[in-house]
Amino acid sequence: MTANGAADVFLLDGEPIPFAPGQTVMQAALAAGHYIPHLCFHHDFKPHGSCKVCTVRVDGATTASCTLPAQAGMSVECKADDLEENRRTLVQMLFVEGNHFCPSCEKSGNCLLQAVAYDLGVLDADLDYFFPSRPLDASHPDLLLDFNRCILCELCVRASAEVDGKHVFALSGRGIGKHLIVNAESGRLVDTTVAVTDKAVDVCPVGVIIRKRVGFAVPIGRRRFDARPVSAQALEDAPRRAPPEAAP
Amino acid sequence: MSRSAQREGSPVNDGAPRKLRIATTSLAGCFGCHMSFLDIDEKLFDLLRHVEFDRTPLTDIKHCGPCDIGVVEGGICNAENVHVLREFRRNCKILVAIGACALNGGLPAQRNHVDLGACLQEVYLTEPGLARGCMPNDPELPLPLDKVHPLHEVVKVDYSIPGCPPPAEAIWSFFADVIAGRTPHLGHGLIHYD
Ligand code: SF4
Ligand code: SF4
Repeated sequence: MTANGAADVFLLDGEPIPFAPGQTVMQAALAAGHYIPHLCFHHDFKPHGSCKVCTVRVDGATTASCTLPAQAGMSVECKADDLEENRRTLVQMLFVEGNHFCPSCEKSGNCLLQAVAYDLGVLDADLDYFFPSRPLDASHPDLLLDFNRCILCELCVRASAEVDGKHVFALSGRGIGKHLIVNAESGRLVDTTVAVTDKAVDVCPVGVIIRKRVGFAVPIGRRRFDARPVSAQALEDAPRRAPPEAAP
Repeated sequence: MSRSAQREGSPVNDGAPRKLRIATTSLAGCFGCHMSFLDIDEKLFDLLRHVEFDRTPLTDIKHCGPCDIGVVEGGICNAENVHVLREFRRNCKILVAIGACALNGGLPAQRNHVDLGACLQEVYLTEPGLARGCMPNDPELPLPLDKVHPLHEVVKVDYSIPGCPPPAEAIWSFFADVIAGRTPHLGHGLIHYD
């Protein structure tokens, strides 16, 4: 709050965005009804800053907006052509690093990676595909792990640790060798303490952690992001800032 | 006289706007994208006022001549696919990749993490029910590649229409834009990867 009781604001593409102390640029922007494209950010979890899709420019420097503390008077550029192009490239890199065959993926239509790509106007990957070999883990009776689609956002890692209190998931390795592992000596999901009711199972933005026997119960074409683009829906999910109280 | 002008059905120069010449083909695909193309239904009549077809599965012309637009469905799984794709690239001013297989290998690329020899062995020799199976070796058969590739890994692609298959509306939107001289643009609802 400023001395006269007005909320602090920063500028996002020239628009004033009010913020509460401790909020990051992403949190304040979403709360004020302004979408910034993102993948690893989730309003229920501490920002992580790994996917870089939310990168914005402040004073000539680029930085992830999900971890950037909002400061009064700062001027944040989000919609610039070069930033959008970088976002497209980041998303394309995620597509070629894994194996994303959307037509046969149960998550298609409900997938954040796909929805963000649609919204950014990504028509193709435009890079050489890696076609990595990543065997599935179908050991669990109710859950399937398809590692081919992991974008390393660590949302399942954060959810399992912070909400479920279990540490079922972790990332291991570095660079291009980085991959998802589960907490069991056998390395198999069935030998972990995971439960279908875990937050970690729900939170995966892509088609890695899949509930068995759900499949295509809702047909492709009638799924979440078929209806409306993610830019509209992300605003509905995020905690919104209460409208300013009327002056007495 | 150019090769395309010699072809049957080519426009005579009577002052009318020249029709866009279009070639299409299916490589390692299932013809689903071509079916979706036909799903533009009565818009085909609008299209035919502005375009004429060179090599397509409809005309049965065997080789692609000089064209304005080449539309390629399917990925690259064998040596013949490479030759056809290169012929399209040489002859077409705008090369369009259409559908998941052309863009990322699609279903055929599901074999990419399997050794090719083991894959052929399984399909033609050891699969249950193949009591008298044998490895196909007719010299006419194009040699398979060890991996299935999307088009852009072999030639430059100018535009992509994603989908499995792309909705007919997306295909029509692309042609309507090109005919009107606009840069093609697919908005929400027309970009689908599934
Ligand atoms: S996880 Fe998303 S992007 Fe990947 S294959 Fe599934 S629907 Fe497509
Ligand atoms: S499994 Fe899903 S939630 Fe976990 S890191 Fe991979 S993409 Fe993120």
